[in-house]
Amino acid sequence: MISPYPAVTLIAVLFGALTIAGGLVWAERRLLALWQDRYGPNRVGPFGLMQTLADMIKLFFKEDWVPPFADKWVFIMAPAIVMFTVLMSFVVVPFAPGIIISDLNIAVLFFLGMSSLGVYSIVLAGWASDNKYALLGGMRAAAQMLSYEVFMGLSVMGTVLLAGSFDLVDIVNAQRHMWFVVPQFLGFVLFMIAGIAETRRLPFDLPESESELVAGFHSEYSGMKFGMFFVGEYIGILLVSSMITVLFFGGWRGPVLPPIVWYFMKTCFFLVFFILLRAALPRPRFDQLMAWGWKLMLPLALANLLVTGAVKLAFFH
Amino acid sequence: MLSIVRTLWDIFLHAFRKRVTIQYPEQKAYLSARYRGRIILSRDPEGGERCVACYLCAVACPVDCIALQATEDSPGRRYPEFFRINFSRCIFCGYCEEACPTYAIQLTPDIEMGEYSRQNMVYEKEHLLISGPGKYPDYNFWRVAGVKIGGKDKGQGEREAPPTDLRSLLP
Repeated sequence: MISPYPAVTLIAVLFGALTIAGGLVWAERRLLALWQDRYGPNRVGPFGLMQTLADMIKLFFKEDWVPPFADKWVFIMAPAIVMFTVLMSFVVVPFAPGIIISDLNIAVLFFLGMSSLGVYSIVLAGWASDNKYALLGGMRAAAQMLSYEVFMGLSVMGTVLLAGSFDLVDIVNAQRHMWFVVPQFLGFVLFMIAGIAETRRLPFDLPESESELVAGFHSEYSGMKFGMFFVGEYIGILLVSSMITVLFFGGWRGPVLPPIVWYFMKTCFFLVFFILLRAALPRPRFDQLMAWGWKLMLPLALANLLVTGAVKLAFFH
Repeated sequence: MLSIVRTLWDIFLHAFRKRVTIQYPEQKAYLSARYRGRIILSRDPEGGERCVACYLCAVACPVDCIALQATEDSPGRRYPEFFRINFSRCIFCGYCEEACPTYAIQLTPDIEMGEYSRQNMVYEKEHLLISGPGKYPDYNFWRVAGVKIGGKDKGQGEREAPPTDLRSLLP
């Protein structure tokens, strides 16, 4: 079943996602500054609101250079892949009852599949740059993202078990009595950590912090290609926040206000929380990060699934 | 894990503290009186120039940004014919102020000296000279120096004894 006005929803989601990502650029700088006892951009417009516009204009005017030693078509295609996969994942997110672009009955699998495809863009960017440091950054990013994807899927399986379906609309509807964060708190924590690692946000932003230190997988990118990685990261955070609200916090469910308002409020809360994480936490070393993912998070995700399955079998059948 | 949650709460509370940014140019930072900013040439309390063109500041300057030429007016008071400081070279170290024997050259807490052209950053004496005594309001070098200038003979300075008469027999 698809929504009654699919084309309108499609255009609205596309422009909404891009606009909110642009707004996030401003919001992140202002919020990071708020938590760091300083002002963010406050000169370029009222409260610095035109800063994103100024940044975008600057990016458009930069020289769009493809290194002569790089693998040209792969180089050009890599940023497009990340934008593509992230925007495609928005197809299955339910914003309000009836407002969804496509109500797939394997929506959770589709989301997990698209995020796995997103790893390609990093690896291809690192490879196509024909630069040792970019390659190292890309390989590290791929390793990090793959290892955290393993338990991302497992942590979501708890909600799927409770709802009895992979369909996100069914999952939201199954939360009518109690949000899934209550029985699946461990799953929520694991999914949030995995989501942060997938979108390469602090504290898991080694691929980008390396660009501050040495280079990174997007070291050879300038102009709008870099802009695509940049905006794609913000759309990724928006996506992970949306998925957290849909899977664990009841999506658009809420008492008095219209559903779409609840959805946005919950998503905004998680967006602000991700920015707080960036402001507050130090960055772990790469081996610490990998050890945590495989040795701590994966067993916890398996244990969560085991206990959820056992409880559901024992008490609800 | 608990320390992470505590850090998050702690940083969150920073939202309710005052921000430490000074919004220049609407607000300006406080510069103390001895802040080493723009260089000036001061005058003594009677209104004459303090600078005696002794070249000590030019010698003390580590980057050689001071240029001057001594000359004398009648009857005997030294002053600089020209006095030039190249502020694109000046490092605002204050060595010239420390070297000056007459408290003529001083550094003031003024830092707004931006120019578009390097030529505009070479200040001549008329740009450096101020009409007051600057940081040391009561000092006049000529009152304590032992030279003979118009209005003061040898032996008439402050805390100065008159010169001994070599030819008289009295002690």
